This record gives sequence, structure tokens and C-alpha cells, in this order.
Amino acid sequence: MSARLHVTQPGPQMTVQDRGRIGFQAFGVPVCGALDMVALRLANALVGNAPDAAALECRLAGPAFTVEGGPARLALAGASATIEVTTEGDTQRFPAWRAVDVPAGARVRIGALGGSGCAVLAVAGGIDVPLVLGSRATDLKGGFGGLEGRPVAPGDVLPLGPAPAAGPPLELPRPPALAPEGPLRVVLGPQADAFTEDGLATFLGTPYRVSREADRMGMRLEGAPLAFRESADIVSDGIAGGSIQVPGSGLPIVLLADHQTIGGYAKIATLISADLPAAGRLLPGAELRFAAVSVAEAEEARRRLETEIGRLLASLTPVREGARIDEAALFGENLISGVVSAFESE
Amino acid sequence: MGEPHERADGRIGALARFLPVGDTAFAVEFGARIAPNINAHVHRAAAVLAEAAPAGLVETVPTFRSLLVHYDPTLTSAAALQDIVGALDLGEATHGALARIWRIPVLYGGEAGPDLDDVAGVTGLSPEEVVVRHAGEVYRVYVQGFLPGFAYMGDLVPELDLPRLSTPRVRVPPGSVAIAQRMTGIYPVASPGGWRLLGNTPVRLFDPSHSPPTLFAPGDGVRFVPVDADTHADVCRQVADSAYLPDCEVPA
Repeated sequence: MSARLHVTQPGPQMTVQDRGRIGFQAFGVPVCGALDMVALRLANALVGNAPDAAALECRLAGPAFTVEGGPARLALAGASATIEVTTEGDTQRFPAWRAVDVPAGARVRIGALGGSGCAVLAVAGGIDVPLVLGSRATDLKGGFGGLEGRPVAPGDVLPLGPAPAAGPPLELPRPPALAPEGPLRVVLGPQADAFTEDGLATFLGTPYRVSREADRMGMRLEGAPLAFRESADIVSDGIAGGSIQVPGSGLPIVLLADHQTIGGYAKIATLISADLPAAGRLLPGAELRFAAVSVAEAEEARRRLETEIGRLLASLTPVREGARIDEAALFGENLISGVVSAFESE
Repeated sequence: MGEPHERADGRIGALARFLPVGDTAFAVEFGARIAPNINAHVHRAAAVLAEAAPAGLVETVPTFRSLLVHYDPTLTSAAALQDIVGALDLGEATHGALARIWRIPVLYGGEAGPDLDDVAGVTGLSPEEVVVRHAGEVYRVYVQGFLPGFAYMGDLVPELDLPRLSTPRVRVPPGSVAIAQRMTGIYPVASPGGWRLLGNTPVRLFDPSHSPPTLFAPGDGVRFVPVDADTHADVCRQVADSAYLPDCEVPA
């Protein structure tokens, strides 16, 4: 039997995710998939997986589990965190953004996430749950995919696929910036004309805050309500990842990975795909602003992001063993002094 | 050039307008209303585009009056894809004839349809008259969405045209047959929902282990057939044994 993860304590709302369920939205089946697609690609690359391998999406904090049935290589990407690996009473600590080889029988505990509300934990071979409609992504609302469509629970055993040929463990020398550098960029429409001039100016000119009603479906924002010309209601039409719909309250909702396929509220704008991962990282209370760009500018931004991801993937290098020991010691000290994020000093 | 003049009207570019939906999608909007002929254009456009399969096309989502085209901006651009889509010809005018008509057994009222008496009260009809009107029409499957396999079907008779509940239920049981405005639908899975519940059907509308995963297809017709509690329970058992497929007729 191949290696598996025996979960003792899942992180909050931890789910199995991959690149999403493509091709079934016409049947009302949402795409789902990782909130932070950049993190998914980097985490999978760090353990030698194909980009479409299924991984664990962690929210706020990572899980605790035991590796059984064989060794496992794992990597966390998308946030900073401390990965504790305990073997026969000896605990070693590792940072995110690098592969960690864990022997069979070892206990792994991943602490609070820093710098992002979500992260991706990839394991070599991928989380080997059955494909449903071409994807292993968890559809929480539909109740299928991943582990029967639910978050990972204590006691779950996650099977791993056959691990790819293992070279030396890799690390990402310079992790990407996680916070958006400026306003989140949007393309206005498809129903921007449902709003007054003032409504549009408010949307692009005032800050919003992520409310507590934020999950994988979307983030309800708090701030100045947007004025409609007539009403919020439209004849339902299609929704894309990043669509920003505005119900009668006038407060925008940014729709994320688990968004429904169609909806009946006017959509003032769509977040551009290059900024969608950054939106997925935001936590309740985070402040954000929007800036409008053209479709062509949005497409160019996406191409630049792809180039940047390509550059990051090409920069993966074998872990420097000497550096690892120093890093582990540094992390130990940081933990004692209460510093959670590995990047707060950068 | 050289095309017969009357066929020029069938081009998507002449029938629809494009609306921006970020850099991974655009809407091809054929109208603003819910109408069978507009909806038929949408579904025809989805079929024609799937056949053309231009580079960078990811998937399409037909809705009542528009087609959402998802694309990969690393493989194409909205401008390039809209040129291709606009030039596609929908061919023969479609009038939205129903492809096939399903007969769906429904237990009306009671626990299965907790809003039936309220709907009767608000509309001034008796519960029996509400059932006769709801079961008296053949409905068109316009769109599937909101939930996996949730079909928006219409048009409901004007007498049953009521707004959604002002306070949606936290949990609507699967199989609930419901109405809102001029539409009727069946909740395929348990979900929060604001439609008014008239009854329940055991028929399984969505099965992710099948491809396609839904029973209905756009352009299908659906007729609801009132059944008693014994028949409902019997169909439930057959569905549980995967031994039930509802009756379906193909119109002449």
C-alpha cells in the first residue's frame, strides 16, 4: 500500500483542491479549485507533481497528521508557516516554500499561516481521491469531489498517488509577494450601466473592507453602498471567477472559486485573473480598493503573471543543506519570540 | 462574400452584442428578456461554438438570454475570439421546439410541499387548483445553474406568479419542487433557497458519476404528474435501487 496521510487535526475548512472542474458549468457545476492558483502551481512544482495534481488547501492554519505506509515529500506554498516534523521524539522545524522529506511514521504539524488567509500543501503523488467530472476539487455546495464534498475531518485518511521520481528536495529561493501591490484591478461590466455615475465613482474611489461573510464562494465587502439606476435585479446571466455582483444592499460581493455558475444580481465589474489569487488571500478586515483597466490591459497583466510564474518555477533549486539547519534554528527562535511570519523581517 | 443575403442575419455578430466579463470571459447577449426564441439562439450558439472549437475556448455557459464564453487569455484574446464568434452562423432559424418531454412524479402539499397552502391563500385559489395549474403545463428547460442540475423551467401561468420568499429557508430538502415568479424548478441537492415549495419528487436530477451529469438538457420539456404518497414512496425506493428513469416522450 502506498503512503497516506492520517489526519489528526485538519486546519479550519481544509479541503482537497486542484485546478478545478472545467467544462461542466453549463450543467450548473461550479469550477471550484484552489483559491490561490499561483500557490497551487508552486507547491506542486516543489514536490515534483504535475500542475493539476490535487493538494490540500489550508485556511488560517495548517493541519496535523501522521505519514503512514511510506515516506512522503511535502511542501507548503502561498503563505508563511512553520512545519514541525516529529520523528521518534525529535522535532525539526521547516519553513514554507520548500520540499520537506518526511519518513513513514512521522508526525507533521503546520501552524498558523502568515501573509495570506490560505495556502496550499502539496504532497508528492498528489491527494489520490477519485476524479469526479474530471477533477478532484471539493465542491462543498454540491457535496461531491474531494472527500465526498466536505472539508477534511479528524480521522480522515488521505491516500497519496504514486510519487514522481525523487531528486533532491527543492526550494523557492525568493517567494513571491503575497499582498497586492496596489488596488485590485477590474474590468468594468457586464452590467456597469445598471449603476449611476455616482455609484461607479464610489466603487472606484472609496476603500472597501472584507467582511466576516467571506468563504470560498465569495467575499461580501463593507463600505459605501453603490447606487443603482433602477434595481439590482437582472435576468440571470453567467458568472466568472472574480465577478463582482451587487445585490440590493448596494454592497459588492467578490465571487471566488466556488461561485455559482449564473446569478441574478447586476455585476458592476470583474476582477482581472492576474489579481484573483491576491483576492483569495484576503482575510476579513482587510482593506482593498479597485482600479479599472481595459480587457487588453487585463490580458497583458495575466501574460505578465504567467511569465513571472515561469520565472519562479525555473528558479527552484535544491535545498542548501547548511542553510536548512540555520533556517530551522532561526525559526525556533522566532517561535519563542512570538514571530509567526517568516517574511516579517523582509 | 457570395453568401445568400438572407443568411447574413444568422451570424452571431448580427444577432448579439458582446459584454466584457474580465479577461477570462465575455457574454454574448441575444436580448434582455426571457423568451423561448432568444433562449433557443443561446443554445444554438453554444452548439455552433463547441463545433468550431476555436483555440483558447475553455467552456460556455448558456443562460436565459446570453452565452458566457470562458477563454484562456494565455492562448487567445477577447478581441480575437469575438471576431471568430461574431462570424459564426446560427444557420436555420430555430423556434425553440421542445426536444423531448419528461414526466416527473410529484407528491404535492403536506411536508413535501410546505408552501402549497400559503400559495393557495395568496393567489385566492384552492390548493387543488394550484396543483392543477402547476401540473397543467409543459415547461421549457431554459437554463441549468445556481446549483448543479438546478433547471430553470417556464413559463408558469400568471396566476402563480409570486415573488421569492422574503426570508429564504436555510435548508430546502433535495427533490423539492418550487416556484418563483414565472419559473418553476427542482432543488437537486439540499440548499438554502427562497423559492416556494409546492411538492417533492424522488427523481434524481444530478449525478456527478454520470456524464452528462444532469437528467435534463436545455430545450427539454417537463410535465409534473401529481402522485399519492404511496407512489412517491415506491418511486423513492426505485430511485435508491437505481431502477427508475422517468417517462420521456419525443414530440412528433
